[in-house]
Amino acid sequence: MSVLVYTESDKGQLKKISFEVASYAKAVADLMNTTVTAVAINAQNVESLGNYGVSKVLNITNDAIKNFNVNTHASILEQAVKQENATVVILSSSADSRYLAPVLAVKLEAGYVSNVVEKPSNISPFTVKRTAFTNKAFSQTEINNGHKIIGVSNNSYGLVENTTTAQVEAFSPNIEDSGITVTSVDKASNQVSIADAEVVVSGGRGLKGPENWGLIEDLAEVLGAATACSKPVSDLGWRPHSEHVGQTGKPVASNLYIAIGISGAIQHLAGINASKVKVVINTDPEAPFFKAADYGIVGDAFEIVPKLTEKLKEFKAQNA
Amino acid sequence: MKILVCISHVPDTTSKINFTDGDTKFDTNGVQFVINPNDEFGLTRAMWFKEKQGASVDVVNVGGPETEPTLRKALAIGADSAIRVNTAATDGYAVAQQLATVVKDGQYDLVIAGRESIDYNGGMVPGMLAALTGASFVTNCVSLEVDGSNATAVREIDGGKETIATSLPLVIGGQKGLVEESDLRIPNMRGIMMARQKPLKVLEPINTSDATAAKSFEKPAPKGAVTLVDADNLDELISLLHNEAKVI
Ligand SMILES: Cc1cc2nc3c(=O)[nH]c(=O)nc-3n(C[C@H](O)[C@H](O)[C@H](O)COP(=O)(O)OP(=O)(O)OC[C@H]3O[C@@H](n4cnc5c(N)ncnc54)[C@H](O)[C@@H]3O)c2cc1C
Ligand SMILES: Nc1ncnc2c1ncn2[C@@H]1O[C@H](COP(=O)(O)O)[C@@H](O)[C@H]1O
Repeated sequence: MSVLVYTESDKGQLKKISFEVASYAKAVADLMNTTVTAVAINAQNVESLGNYGVSKVLNITNDAIKNFNVNTHASILEQAVKQENATVVILSSSADSRYLAPVLAVKLEAGYVSNVVEKPSNISPFTVKRTAFTNKAFSQTEINNGHKIIGVSNNSYGLVENTTTAQVEAFSPNIEDSGITVTSVDKASNQVSIADAEVVVSGGRGLKGPENWGLIEDLAEVLGAATACSKPVSDLGWRPHSEHVGQTGKPVASNLYIAIGISGAIQHLAGINASKVKVVINTDPEAPFFKAADYGIVGDAFEIVPKLTEKLKEFKAQNA
Repeated sequence: MKILVCISHVPDTTSKINFTDGDTKFDTNGVQFVINPNDEFGLTRAMWFKEKQGASVDVVNVGGPETEPTLRKALAIGADSAIRVNTAATDGYAVAQQLATVVKDGQYDLVIAGRESIDYNGGMVPGMLAALTGASFVTNCVSLEVDGSNATAVREIDGGKETIATSLPLVIGGQKGLVEESDLRIPNMRGIMMARQKPLKVLEPINTSDATAAKSFEKPAPKGAVTLVDADNLDELISLLHNEAKVI
C-alpha cells in the first residue's frame, strides 16, 4: 500500500527533480501512514533516494531500455503499482513524466492531476492544489478514483531531507513491444534545459536581433542558467522554438528568472509567473514587467548586461 | 487518410481570469473564446495533409452549445465537418472517453490534439485518448510526417528533441512547430460562408463519471511592489539576490 514515486535519471545520474518528487511522496506517505517506494530505471546510487524519505527502491537494470518509451515505461510502472499494491503514484512535470502519466492513468483507471504545487490538503477526499489557466489561478482538485496519479510541478515543493534507509530491490518487469521506436535523440549535452534550470535568463525583442544573443548567453553561463526567449523572438527565428516561454510556450518555474528587453505581456507573464524571483531589465519604466517583477533596473540592456556579467563573475569567484 | 482534430474551446490568452459562485466556477462574463492555440497549429497541419496528400479532416469538441462558434471557425479555416459531443467538459478522463467513442465510430487513422489546453492545462486528453483507443501516441509533437501507415514524429524533450518512428492509428499532442505561427490561417469571407453549409453533428454523450473535480479556485496573492535598483549600482542587485532573495 506504499506510495509509488517514479524517478528519472540522465546518463545514470538521478535528476534533482527525482529527489523533489521523492520529498513530495514522503509527505503524502506520512499523511497516509505508509512508506515510499521508488521506481528507478538504469540509475546509479539509488540508495541516495533514502535521504529524501524513500524506504524501498525497485531498481531496474536493463540494457534494452535505452530511451524513454511511453508504452514501455507505463507498463513498467503498472507492474510496480500491482506488485506494491500502491494506490498513489507521484511523478514530476518533466516532458517524459507528462508524456507517461495520462497513459498510465488509463491502465490504472486512475484520476490524474497535473501541475500540483502543494502537498495534499486532505487525503479523504484526496484533494490537491494545482495551477490552472496557465498560472493565472489555482484550483483545489479532488480525485474520485481509487488510483491517483499526481504530477508535481517542478520546483514547487523543493527538496526536503528525511533520512531513511532505502532498501534496494532488483526489479525485472516484463518489457513489451511498444510500437514506438526512438530513432534519434538530439540533445545539447552541455546546456541546461529550461525544465531543469534553477536560473533562467530570457531575452525579448528589446535585444534587436539574434546577433546580440551573446549578451544573454554570457550572463547565463556565469549563472549556470538556461536561456529562454519571448514568443516574437522565436517567431522571428532569432532563437529556436524550444526556448519560447510563456502561456503558449514552455512554462518556467525556476528560482530566478531574469527578463531582458521583454515587455511583460500577459501571455508571457502567465508562463513564467511560477518562478520564485523575477528580475527585469528594460529601458521603459512603464513596461508591464515591472509590475510582475521582484527586482528591476530601468536601463539599456546593452550597457547593463555585460557589466552585470562581469560583476557576477567576480562575485562567483569570491564565493566559490 | 481520415483525420480528426480535437478542438478545445478556451478563453483568449488576453482574458482576465475571474471566478463566480463562491469561487467554484470560471466567470465567462466578457471573455472571448478561441480555438486552443495548440489545436490551431494542429488544425493547420491537418489542412496541409489534406492539400498535399489527400485526407478528410473532421473537428470535434466535447462541450455545450456555446462552443459551436469555435467549431464553425475551424470549419471556416477548412475542416470538412464538425462534431460536438453535447456534454460539459469537466474532467479530462471523461472528455477522453467521449472522444474515444467518436474515434472508434469514425475509424480515424490520425487524431491531432493539442499538447495541453490553456484553460485547465491538464495535458492529459490526448494520452488518455490514445490509451483508450489502442493507438500510438506522441506528445509535445513539433513535426509529423505520414507515409502510408508509417509515421515519423519529432517530440520535444527537456533540452532537445527526439525522432520517433511509429505507425497509424496515431494520436498526437501537437504544438507550435507542427506549423509555424506565420502558417496559421485566418478564415476569409468565402471560408466563413462555406462553413455555414458544412455539417455540424451534435452527438449525445455516453455515460461516464468524472475522475477528478475542480472544487474551488483562487487567484495568486497580489504581488508586492518591485524593488528598483539603479543601473549604476549593480553590486546592490547582486547583494539583494544573494542575501535577500537567496537565489544566487
Ligand atoms: C495567442 C497569443 C499567445 C501568446 N503567447 C505568448 C507566449 O507564450 N510567450 C510570449 O512571450 N509572448 C506571447 N504572446 C505575445 C505577447 O503578447 C507579446 O507580444 C510578446 O510577449 C512581446 O515580446 P517582447 O516582450 O519580447 O517584445 P516587445 O513587446 O516588443 O517588448 C520589447 C521590450 O524591450 C524593451 N527594450 C527595448 N530596447 C531595450 C534595451 N536596449 N534595453 C532594455 N530593454 C529594451 C522595450 O521597452 C520593450 O518593453 C502571445 C500573443 C498571443 C496573441
Ligand atoms: N472538451 C474538449 N473537446 C475536444 N478536445 C479537447 C477537449 N479538451 C481537451 N481537448 C483536446 O486535448 C488537448 C489537451 O487538453 P488538456 O488535456 O485538457 O490539456 C487539447 O489541446 C485538445 O486538442
